[in-house]
Amino acid sequence: MSTPRAARTVIRRAHLVDARGDHGVADLYLVGGTIEGIGLGGAVDMEFDAAGALVTPAFLDLHAHLREPGGEMKEDLASGLAAAAAGGYGTVVSMANTDPVVDDPAIVAALVAKAERLGLARLRPAAALSVGLAGRQLADYAALQRAGAVMITDDGIPVVDSHLMRRACEYAAELGLVVQTHSEDPSLRQEGVMHEGSVSQRLGLPGNPAEAEAIMIFRDCEIARMTGARVHIAHVSSERGMRVIEWCKAQGAPVTCEVTPHHLTLDHGVWERFDPIFKVAPPLRAPADVAYLIDAVARGVVDAIGTDHAPHTRAEKDADVQSAPFGLPNIEVAFPLLYTRLVATGTLPLATLLELLQGGPARVMGWREPTLEVGEPADVTVLDVERAAPVDAERFASKARFSPWEGEVLRGWPTLTLVAGQVAFRRVASSPT
Amino acid sequence: MTLVGTTVQVAAAPRGPRARHLLDLRDWSASEIHALFDTTDVMAQVMERTIKKVPALQGFTVGTLFFENSTRTRLSFERAARAQSADVISFAAGASSLSKGESLRDTLLTIDAMQADLYVVRHAAAGAAHQLTNWTNAAVVNAGDGRRAHPTQALLDAYTFKTRFEGFTGFEGARLAIVGDVLHSRVARSNVELWTKLGADVVLCGPRTLLPSEFAEHPNVTLTHRVEEATEGAHAVMALRLQRERMHGALLPSLAEYRSRYQVTRASMRHARPGALVMHPGPMNRDVEIEGALADGPSSVIQAQVANGVPVRMAVLYTLLVGKR
Repeated sequence: MSTPRAARTVIRRAHLVDARGDHGVADLYLVGGTIEGIGLGGAVDMEFDAAGALVTPAFLDLHAHLREPGGEMKEDLASGLAAAAAGGYGTVVSMANTDPVVDDPAIVAALVAKAERLGLARLRPAAALSVGLAGRQLADYAALQRAGAVMITDDGIPVVDSHLMRRACEYAAELGLVVQTHSEDPSLRQEGVMHEGSVSQRLGLPGNPAEAEAIMIFRDCEIARMTGARVHIAHVSSERGMRVIEWCKAQGAPVTCEVTPHHLTLDHGVWERFDPIFKVAPPLRAPADVAYLIDAVARGVVDAIGTDHAPHTRAEKDADVQSAPFGLPNIEVAFPLLYTRLVATGTLPLATLLELLQGGPARVMGWREPTLEVGEPADVTVLDVERAAPVDAERFASKARFSPWEGEVLRGWPTLTLVAGQVAFRRVASSPT
Repeated sequence: MTLVGTTVQVAAAPRGPRARHLLDLRDWSASEIHALFDTTDVMAQVMERTIKKVPALQGFTVGTLFFENSTRTRLSFERAARAQSADVISFAAGASSLSKGESLRDTLLTIDAMQADLYVVRHAAAGAAHQLTNWTNAAVVNAGDGRRAHPTQALLDAYTFKTRFEGFTGFEGARLAIVGDVLHSRVARSNVELWTKLGADVVLCGPRTLLPSEFAEHPNVTLTHRVEEATEGAHAVMALRLQRERMHGALLPSLAEYRSRYQVTRASMRHARPGALVMHPGPMNRDVEIEGALADGPSSVIQAQVANGVPVRMAVLYTLLVGKR
């Protein structure tokens, strides 16, 4: 043998599942970063036993705040991509609201190069829609795309200027870039820290009405239809907002949308505790909104689960509710949370949840659907759906070691995530499995 | 309950498990509130003596934490603490560490190292007093948090009604009208909680921009946009302070328009019950939300409200510090 043999891995007794269905139990072989096949036998370099666990393509997250550069006290690429792998994710789209903003091709290139060296989840950076997220001037989309940017967004800051939004969509459409929008009307949401409704009025907390979201979603869908740009509506939180998307999709607008794990599992009642950990934008809505979002997921209206993983330091969240920042960390609990709350309870089929974490986000981006077929990338995750364990934020790979679901007993914890056949995450024995 | 020499002896009031603090009035039962009013009667007698001081809280330390400035509320609490011989430490956050980026929790932990037994907290953000209870073992009294609650103000309002309304027979069937900027008012929220808990009906009145419709979901609360409807049959009418910055943010067109439609006047009191009291939580914009002649008139108990602030707060401090033993 003159050339070295590519590294070969087997995952034994793997219960193979994906959005297309249940493919039974088999030994899954990986070689040189791709899927080799099942039941092949022969010598291997690495061996894992997945008895009792599900083995499925690693997840895609189109919406995570990894905070690098500039916010490394909250999160950095190493901690954020490790947290993603711990959550079963093989690919993450990072948001551009960093300091400096990701509006410069050199920053995109540096992020991509650093992530490759880390060998954790794959990084696909988003770039800013406007220079400095200032909402005035288009960023250099073509150069950003050449450097590796896959999405254009000012996420975190709504694009107020409708003319700028139109031109951004026209320009991005020409390049085949997805435009993701944080759709809220700032003049209507005002200083709202939570959903405007009976709870906000009783607790005396400034409210942000669902209409602030619905109005801006309608504008963004109209601009998508007008320009033909691929517009992806981030973190839809309300029934009104989702109904607007349904109507616009029926009208033929080229829009997709995502919902987050927190908007599917928490409602504004959590504010009785006055804990700024629950302060997110858009806000946690009324129980009827949560029910509507779950129903929209079940009906196939929603294209993807986006985590909107938004880590902050504990000290930043130990502020009063008005000065605390928006955002919560969730990428490590997203699958077990949704599996336990929605699949294990019979509300959603497993295939639907997997679709929103695999093929759904891939189609939003125009990427190949991840499968376990021969020759596909060896990005797989192993999910322990048998043993239940509580959320223990102290063990998070993320720097944000707190969780709205702290202590909640969940099933479906990832125990192993391989990216290009390499171990990106492996849960050690003392961890919750 | 009797007065012996210069000491105060008060029977331990029945207390719910969460009444260790006074954060809002949801956690206090009607019987706990009536017991507090009985204690207030005793404290009011203390304040009528030549020597207005008793040793009831000797050895206790009360910390006043005013993250938002309010001189009159802070003075009232400090008077209430010192009249019972408690030591007082005061923290005003405006010029202090909060502006240096310290978290609310770290600020509290620093002050808590000085070992106060009870904190009186004022903060611009709703929920701040609730949050502090997570980080200290001391009792916490909410002296106003954003739009959320101002429970001692509501208690002194209700106590003033109880002691000053001619022929008072109880809160059941009484009718309180609150007129003005309900949206931004912690005083309105706490009075709604308190008076309805005691069996009274509350009518809220103001322009639609300042009167959230969700208040109508509260039992025994009705809403109206007309002052004459609000005062109709009322036993007490409370005008709320109108912040002049409400002209910005499109909440009101002008002071003149507000005055013409929502000012509480001698004319609007004609619809009220005979002997109805006129109240105001202060500070007052004379001739804006309330006609000056009405505020100075015989039905006004605005000065009595201020005076009752001290014995009510004495009773709160006493109940939380000594009553729990």
